[in-house]
Amino acid sequence: MCDQTFVAITFGPCDCCGKASPLMNIYIKSEATNYCSFCVEVMATQGLQAGESAASLKKESDSLKKKLEEERAKLSDIELSQVAEKIEVLAPLSIKTRRVLKGHGNKVLCMDWCKDKRRLVSSSQDGKVIVWDAFTLNKEHGVTLPCTWVLACAYAPSGCAVACGGLDNKCSVFPLSLDKNENLNTKKKSVAMHTNYVSGCTFTSSDMQILTSSGDGTCALWDVESGQLLQSFHGHTADVLSLDLAPSETGNTFVSGGCDRKANVWDMRSGQNIQSFECHESDINCVKYYPSGDAFASASDDATCRFYDLRADREVAVYQKDSIIFGASTVDFSLSGRLLFAGYNDYTINAWDVLKGTRVSALFGHENRVSRVRVSPDGTALCSASWDNTLRYLGFGWATYSTVSKGFR
Amino acid sequence: MRICLRKVDLPLSPAPISICRMTIRTARPNRGQHFRPRTHCLNKLESIVVEMQDPKSGVKGSEQKLNVSTIPHVITGKDVIAWITNKMKTTPEEVQAFGTMLVAYGYIYPLQNHKKLVLCNDSSLYRFQTPYFWPTQKWVAEDSDYAIYLAKRNIRKKGMLEAYEQAHYSHLHDWLNHKWDFIVMQATEQYKAGKERNKPDRVVFDCQERAYWIVSRPPFGLPLSFQNIFYQQAIMRSKVKSSVSLGALTKYVTTYKNHDPFLAPCLPSNPWQTDHDAYWTCNTRRIDVPTKMRVERWSFSLFELLSDLRGRDDFKVFLKKEFSGMPPHLMRHLSNLAFWEAAEELKWGTASSMTSKAETIFKTFLAPGAPRWINIDGRTMGLTVKGLDHPHRYVLEAAQTHVFLLMKKVHVLVSNKLEQNAQNRSLGVHPVIVWQQEEEEKAKAAAASAPVDVKAMMSKIDRKK
Repeated sequence: MCDQTFVAITFGPCDCCGKASPLMNIYIKSEATNYCSFCVEVMATQGLQAGESAASLKKESDSLKKKLEEERAKLSDIELSQVAEKIEVLAPLSIKTRRVLKGHGNKVLCMDWCKDKRRLVSSSQDGKVIVWDAFTLNKEHGVTLPCTWVLACAYAPSGCAVACGGLDNKCSVFPLSLDKNENLNTKKKSVAMHTNYVSGCTFTSSDMQILTSSGDGTCALWDVESGQLLQSFHGHTADVLSLDLAPSETGNTFVSGGCDRKANVWDMRSGQNIQSFECHESDINCVKYYPSGDAFASASDDATCRFYDLRADREVAVYQKDSIIFGASTVDFSLSGRLLFAGYNDYTINAWDVLKGTRVSALFGHENRVSRVRVSPDGTALCSASWDNTLRYLGFGWATYSTVSKGFR
Repeated sequence: MRICLRKVDLPLSPAPISICRMTIRTARPNRGQHFRPRTHCLNKLESIVVEMQDPKSGVKGSEQKLNVSTIPHVITGKDVIAWITNKMKTTPEEVQAFGTMLVAYGYIYPLQNHKKLVLCNDSSLYRFQTPYFWPTQKWVAEDSDYAIYLAKRNIRKKGMLEAYEQAHYSHLHDWLNHKWDFIVMQATEQYKAGKERNKPDRVVFDCQERAYWIVSRPPFGLPLSFQNIFYQQAIMRSKVKSSVSLGALTKYVTTYKNHDPFLAPCLPSNPWQTDHDAYWTCNTRRIDVPTKMRVERWSFSLFELLSDLRGRDDFKVFLKKEFSGMPPHLMRHLSNLAFWEAAEELKWGTASSMTSKAETIFKTFLAPGAPRWINIDGRTMGLTVKGLDHPHRYVLEAAQTHVFLLMKKVHVLVSNKLEQNAQNRSLGVHPVIVWQQEEEEKAKAAAASAPVDVKAMMSKIDRKK
């Protein structure tokens, strides 16, 4: 877990506006001050201060950037490939499709597992959100949203509600009921309100808060019960396409990736942007934390997936191949973090060995681009959602160690 | 106004002109319609703008002195708002929104604050944009035109371009390199032609041109001061050597290797493979004896132990059972665990419950002489109690972290004991037995009016099918 999250958040009157709120400790002209996140933004968007000029700021910016690069370089005393030499090679994986979930009439855009390890929620382009028991293939609940392109859906930790959002610029929470005849739309609760489409949403450790990312370039934390905005996160200069919460015991950070090619790590308490990585050459479509919380991976339109070490503050691996040209739209780790599953726009899923950087397996079977891959909470299966209107889940097959599984039934 | 089209096939979002109630239909042929579908709306806007400039019934303009030169036909924001209100007879919010659209689409441009394209309802100064620069004109704002404009400004005065303009300029220099000579030539010609004009005209034209490009090529990127703050923070933040962090990552992989169903078989079987859910039923919260793998996982870290609700239960049971024979320094972990759980509830609870929860926690754990007083260091205690004057969800963060660290110290001892206690290395229990047990449990729970376990009920319904 990140060392910096051990620091207690200061809470008190802002040095600028005087209101009591979580404070960001920043340096203005080498002086340490405590500002609330709103004042930091206001101050930063103001014009040049006395004694500054565009040229001097630019010079300062360049020298600071260079210094940061130097600091990072000092700590890179070893590469991941060297460390991975001591790890044994993986046996060839045999992964087979176990089930195909058919039931969506249109492109499936997003899915999320329930903590009970067998249920999942999926959303599609025609506005339908379906809750399935993936084990028995039953559809348990269905809701039709008035908007099309439901880009984000999430299952609540308790298993009692789902959240979804998309082109309607909102994220709504639907409590699930055991009564099959009840229309879930009646209990719908609009929680998040953005000024552009909602690209990703997730619950925090409880059903009471959701975190959303949006095409308006911001992420936001909302209180479900009241719909109140608890914290907003500004820093991306283009649409934010994905976010993921850190799995660490402190659970105070999350990472977001967007069309500005940056992956930012945020402190949920103060709204501060802690770390930023600009390594991709094109839009970042998906970000996901490593199971230990000390690293994360990103998938991008430049056909690569990258792996970032948060404690050393740098990118440590790039997963790419000349034969992979189409953008990667989604990534997820297996339970131990050894495997990285990535879904691509050329209808395939590739499984990468995270430590050695090689591709372990290529999975075919979908008939259109893969929009989302997610490993189940206990790591037993991988579910992939695709624009071919289906969801497939794949599990470890009976191992035939001489061949690598290339297709499935 | 910049519409970021994603890779998905999103339709162009319709221009927000639906609030315009004008129904003037012009007979002008719209040859540009097929590649600029918003032309229809903009034509409506145009008619209004023409009306606004009517010398008798339009918005009153005046001469304004701005930076040594006088600029004619300057209007104020509040006059525009007043005119629109009078014309459309609608709510102030709609008038404000409509006015801002006029500025956002470039029909009116601000003289001060030229980068902020909104209409302010005060004495801020604006001007009507010349029809030459209206968005409905038949020519699109080409990259080469923009390159010429930037080059011209560079010729006039080096270093005048802003950061985002510099970025555009370098990009265009690479992109249009093959006709760069032509661009520079055009820029020089325009610059010379500009010098021929008299000063006031030149100033006006410069303003118009600048406004046009702000609309067609909006500024992007964070202000430099913001970026500098970020860099300073990033430099000062503590970092770790790669050998240490990468070593930790690989250690994690090695530790969890046998627990990853993709790398090692999961016992008794992978449900997705055999269609048998024994793996789940023998790992529920209330199972008699937890499996060997599960207990082993608890030994990996305190986080694992506490995240698994059964682990947390067993931890509590262990602490309570061994109470009489337990040394005092272990006894206090009962309160520590309770405090940790209460702090989690506060952190993730609803906004409205914050104050009441904070109060209860203070009375139970932190107040002097509290029934479950937690023994944390004086400084942390002081900060926490002070913070409770204005309870917010992170007020217990420092105390919670401290308590967690204290519990971590006994984690190894506890997980060893738990492994010893799990004598029966059971790999699974028959689902029927599990179901019967859960039925009994549910009956008891119902009798005690406890909240229903939704998941158990739903899986029960499934089994009945």
